[in-house]
Amino acid sequence: MMSGAIILSAIFMLGGTFFFITATVGILRFPDFFTRLHATGKGDTLAVLLCLIGLAIYEGFSLTALKIVFIAVFMALAQPTATHAISRAALRGGVQPWMKGEKENDSGI
Amino acid sequence: MSTFFLTIGLGLCVLVFCVLYRVVFGPGVFNRIAALSAIGTKTLIILLIMGFIYGRVEMFVDISMVYALLNFIGVLAAAKFLGIETEL
Repeated sequence: MMSGAIILSAIFMLGGTFFFITATVGILRFPDFFTRLHATGKGDTLAVLLCLIGLAIYEGFSLTALKIVFIAVFMALAQPTATHAISRAALRGGVQPWMKGEKENDSGI
Repeated sequence: MSTFFLTIGLGLCVLVFCVLYRVVFGPGVFNRIAALSAIGTKTLIILLIMGFIYGRVEMFVDISMVYALLNFIGVLAAAKFLGIETEL
């Protein structure tokens, strides 16, 4: 009953959910803004790509799968761009990066 | 397979509420913007999973595409606004 494509799609979606969980733990636990952005920028990008590829495999060969692949390509371009833009705005705006040995420097702005 | 999609969607909803802590209590505006971007990314996947559960993916995939575009443009506009405002 379970064909190969469905099992492959389930594996991709479970991997995507795992990386969503790790990104959430990172954004909740890390000590300052730049480390939180490091966790959520890379983890969310990989998780979204894995989830979208899994959904496209489950959908099969159709126009909807093509649109899902287009969303995956767009997210792979847009998510690092957004992370870079918000990180540069924070650095220019005076958010101090956390150094090793300091206490938790969680000032924001 | 519908039960599997429902489980993944409910797990992502729980993760959205975990990130919502950073939006509400996060110190400063940049933490809030980064957490909102993460919430938008999770919502995109939740919308597609809803489409698969309801059996109308061809409608939900367009909504999801627009959501991805608006999330990206919103984060870029906020970064531009805050960068210009604090440079003066």
